[in-house]
Amino acid sequence: MIKNILKKENYNQNLNSRYTKGKLYFTVFFTALMIAIIGLAILLFQIISQGTEMLSWTFVSSYPSRFPEKAGILSALVGSIWLMGLTGIFAVPLGIGTAVYLEEYAPKNKFTQFLEINISNLAGVPSIVYGLLGLAVFVGALNMGRTLIAGALTMALLVMPIVILASREAIKQVPYSHREAAYALGATRWEVVRSVVLPSAIPGIMTGAILSMSRAVGEAAPVLAVSALVYLTFVPTDPFDRFTVMPIQIYNWVSRPQDGFRELAASGIILLLVLLLSMNSIAIYIRSKYQNKSEE
Amino acid sequence: MVTDEYILSSDNLNVYYGNFQALANVSIKIKPNIVTALIGPSGCGKSTLLRCFNRMNDLIPIFSLDGSIKYKSQELYDDTTDATNIRSQIGMVFQKPNPFPKSIYDNVAFGLKINGYTGNYDEAIENSLRRAALWEEVKDRLNKSAIGLSGGQQQRLCIARALAVNPEVLLMDEPASALDPIGTLAIEELIRELAGSVTIVIVTHNMQQAARVSDETAFLMVNDNRAGYLVEHDYTDKIFTNPSEERTEAYITGRFS
Repeated sequence: MIKNILKKENYNQNLNSRYTKGKLYFTVFFTALMIAIIGLAILLFQIISQGTEMLSWTFVSSYPSRFPEKAGILSALVGSIWLMGLTGIFAVPLGIGTAVYLEEYAPKNKFTQFLEINISNLAGVPSIVYGLLGLAVFVGALNMGRTLIAGALTMALLVMPIVILASREAIKQVPYSHREAAYALGATRWEVVRSVVLPSAIPGIMTGAILSMSRAVGEAAPVLAVSALVYLTFVPTDPFDRFTVMPIQIYNWVSRPQDGFRELAASGIILLLVLLLSMNSIAIYIRSKYQNKSEE
Repeated sequence: MVTDEYILSSDNLNVYYGNFQALANVSIKIKPNIVTALIGPSGCGKSTLLRCFNRMNDLIPIFSLDGSIKYKSQELYDDTTDATNIRSQIGMVFQKPNPFPKSIYDNVAFGLKINGYTGNYDEAIENSLRRAALWEEVKDRLNKSAIGLSGGQQQRLCIARALAVNPEVLLMDEPASALDPIGTLAIEELIRELAGSVTIVIVTHNMQQAARVSDETAFLMVNDNRAGYLVEHDYTDKIFTNPSEERTEAYITGRFS
């Protein structure tokens, strides 16, 4: 037997100073959180105190006007919803398809590695760059005009990296053992993807898709380049109509000198926030619902 | 050991992962409807050999092999042999229970669906669960998620899921190593129950388990290049009481591991 040379008196646990250090870090982290929350609260307070007065059904259901009291956000609201829907139709299937290909089918070689790195890079490209690309390609070269469809295609390019990255993360979370189990039962690759991988990954994929849609609703720069319209007194009724969106309308109101328009802008922001928050809530709801289901 | 009919047989099988040789010149013949245990120290290629039998190794890109490995008279790695078809005839149970995050019913139904089963599903599922000795425990909760079952129940569900495809062979890769003693006992009893109606090849680290459940035992070892090779394959009784090879005896009696 080897003699134990360790002695009790050689240990100095020093619990007090260790706990103090812990408290110090807790304070630092808590303060960081509080600064973020307080900043957000001030912002919200200012907007709500300015915007609630003008926020009414008239505001939601009227077209823009020279007179603040008559002006509304209808064309921009409908434009935003159209843009979101069309963007989703383009970006979500393409994004999920790309993610499934990269995770489940693509051979692991230099080319796919190159693709993967560049998809991550694309997620970081400033949105105005996409706007100019959309202007040159969809509006110009493909001759679509400054229409909803051109805006949606531009926006789809912008949010696709988000869908792809979120979907890939969700697909990666599916344990390899589940795929193995399916293969061992005589499943083909497509059956493994459809019956094992996608059902498990769908909550994560949906969350990514919805978050990408809310990104699309909040973006102004690409639409500014593609649409360039602000004052729109009709509601787009098909994908080939001209359009404007809420962030642009809000930006326009903010830049006017009259106080009335400032209040309108605040009302518009509230509406936009409600839209964004409800979409994020849907994402959270879907995630928690599926999580509970699989743990039942 | 004279039998004309072998269900699985390999002849001078060499397996490589990239440049690394995992198995060297393995020639083994496995008889139908008995339990064959593969034992040996860690890294001796027991699992690799097992995964050659249903072509699960195909999923590893750097895998390659030479030599012959046959299912009945069919060459498993011929170009004309379809891996998906082979896997529907040679089922597999894994080390860690891996039920799908679906209901108990849907877990067993999975193999029926993809293999185009035309009979009565309820009947087939009850039968598979009964054969896996799980029916009585789950018959009232078939629509509940399989994730709520205990580890041992999950593993028996995985066996039921594999049986539902009606395989002739069931490959088991340390099926009880992640289970508690009660779960282990249930799996061992089940293996004995199934022997006779299906050929079982089981990889195990646990020599008592090999002695308890198998009719024949194959002992593999690692050579100087870390490649696995077959030392001895005989009736389990003989391997554990009077092995022909001294290396087998040394391993069995725990003189090295």
